[in-house]
Amino acid sequence: MHDHADNRTVLVFALLSFGLIGLLLFGTAVGSVRIRPEALLSILLQGGENAPEAAILFRLRLPRVLLAALLGGALSLSGCLMQAYFRNPIAGPFVLGISSGAKLTVALTMITALSRTWYLSSWSLVLAAFAGALISMGFVLLAARSIRNMSMLLVAGIMISYICSAVTEFLVTFAEDSDIANLHSWSQGSFSGANWSDVVVSALIVGAAMIASVFLAKPMGAWLLGESYAKSVGFNVRDFRLTLILLASLLAGCCTAFAGPVSFVGIAVPNLARLLLKTERPQLLLPACVLLGAVFCLGCDIIARCAFAPLELSISTVTALFGAPVVIALLIRRSKKRQMGG
Amino acid sequence: MSEYFFRTDALSVGYHGVPLIRDIALSLKRGEILTLIGPNGAGKSTILKSLTRHLAAICGDVRIAGDSLFKMPADAAARIISVVLTERVRGEYLSAWDVAASGRYPYTGRFGTLSGEDRRIVSAALAEVDASALAFHRFETLSDGQRQRVLLARALAQEPELIVLDEPTSYLDLRYQTELLALLQRLAHEKQITVILSLHELDLARKLSDKVACVSGDRIRHIGTPDQIFRPEIICPLYELPPNAWSPFNGSVELPQPDGTPETFVIAGCGTGTDTFRALQRAGRPFYAGILFTNDLDFPAAQSLAARVFAAEPFRPIDAAVTAEALAALRSCQSVLYTGVPIAEGNQALKALLDEARRCGTLQDNVI
Repeated sequence: MHDHADNRTVLVFALLSFGLIGLLLFGTAVGSVRIRPEALLSILLQGGENAPEAAILFRLRLPRVLLAALLGGALSLSGCLMQAYFRNPIAGPFVLGISSGAKLTVALTMITALSRTWYLSSWSLVLAAFAGALISMGFVLLAARSIRNMSMLLVAGIMISYICSAVTEFLVTFAEDSDIANLHSWSQGSFSGANWSDVVVSALIVGAAMIASVFLAKPMGAWLLGESYAKSVGFNVRDFRLTLILLASLLAGCCTAFAGPVSFVGIAVPNLARLLLKTERPQLLLPACVLLGAVFCLGCDIIARCAFAPLELSISTVTALFGAPVVIALLIRRSKKRQMGG
Repeated sequence: MSEYFFRTDALSVGYHGVPLIRDIALSLKRGEILTLIGPNGAGKSTILKSLTRHLAAICGDVRIAGDSLFKMPADAAARIISVVLTERVRGEYLSAWDVAASGRYPYTGRFGTLSGEDRRIVSAALAEVDASALAFHRFETLSDGQRQRVLLARALAQEPELIVLDEPTSYLDLRYQTELLALLQRLAHEKQITVILSLHELDLARKLSDKVACVSGDRIRHIGTPDQIFRPEIICPLYELPPNAWSPFNGSVELPQPDGTPETFVIAGCGTGTDTFRALQRAGRPFYAGILFTNDLDFPAAQSLAARVFAAEPFRPIDAAVTAEALAALRSCQSVLYTGVPIAEGNQALKALLDEARRCGTLQDNVI
């Protein structure tokens, strides 16, 4: 009786998996130095460490494609959790001010470290970003205690985001010239500085979050029908909401720490995944978001660095180009539905 | 412990520790249907929310089959009580099946995957509410009546012993209202599911309920069987209506009586007059009605709308004094309307009224 739905699901997941593998290989091969497929395979499979392309492959290409895929997955998963939290497809890590909070603390950490020539590890950046995300979230939760209305909470999140951006601007304005150059490339959003340590840290965080989200799928399904129905089937709303927020901020923070702000992935990809699968079931939606987010971000990054090579576009330029129309289409559809009384 | 399946002990409910309704004492046997009625804002929903643990009770307890509801673990309570709420269910790609299947939450494992048995129960629940054909339709595209049936299927999939419904007929048309309540009645009878619901439609409450509780002010004013509750002396004060504004015979309320001195007399009876009374009310014309037997179909509306009703005891000849009074009133009127009530041996007095109207030249050709 579920044959039709099952066929679609299998097809979507198969396409996304092949797409991801294909893009990973393609992304590794293309660039200013083109690596031929047979050379690529022989280096990857036979460990041709001494081949001339090996250095480019292992130092630049592989960490970059892997990081783009991992962080794309992280952002989409974060967006999907946020949208579930608010039961609103227009929500995302940016809307709640979580990304801006992370950006602020990472900027602060970078300025402090650069001016004193401290070494910053991947973990310390993630820690700073997570702290910033948590501070933002703290304010949001504080607001949530007195604001029961979900849409008002979104407004509170947007205000917090503005405050964080204002403080970041202030810091950048007063930072020394040499610092700004470094800060500038990061604050535009880019995967260009990817290294293996970032990849490993991201993989650990995204992996842990994915495992956690497997356990979140069941309560998320019940939450979908509304808070009262959720309570009526006997689950702990408070714990669930807290877990959702913590996980979403960790993922958004992780992405901001390594790639800076990447726009529209968190909001657009979950909606695209919904459209592809034609389901709201979190058991399918969450893994699909991770896969599609990885494909989306990796594809965008390949375009960002190859389209006008040797010039490199910022990642947000490309993600906005593909993501913003999705959000606009979504908004139009929602207002149409409202006009029809739906 | 007791013969009752469900009972509340000195239950007080409200918000933020402030009791809104105190000393609620309800008791129900398995398979009984209890309806809460009362004015808007009286606290029907507050009571229902407390019975389903959405809202912490201020004091007192709810016992289900002897066990304290408030001391039960959440998942145990969810296997006993399921709900149909007024909260709107959203979700673009949510299918009717998804909604019904969410009732299996208390029974599925950690990952929420449905077993074959779960699927069978969800299918059976959808079949029970006659919604099998809707299973793979998107929930948002269903009509209000269909949605309400699917939400009831969700409640059934939870395999409850008690279903609580908050104003389940609110957005439904007459046919869907009747269908839904007939379904509830069948579930209560066949599956011995106890049902507690709130309704605004008094006529439906009266037909469906085994017990009715009237909620108003800070307590439950009355509780009893429909024949004990649906009396003007209980219903009119409950909704702050003038005495006799609500009639137990037609079960409805008329709009306010027109003011002023009557200049119209309506000779009515056998249900021929009610529409005329209402037309006069709409035109703002006060009127007399008569002579009506107190068991006449026109009597309830006349009592609410006429400035004065000339009434007679049924199954007896009409009292001469009443006829005389009616004739006097008729003579004072500019127009007399005859709605076509049959005149025979039992109501010869009406013929006297009709003749007098003809003599005065005040009998109108058109009824109105």
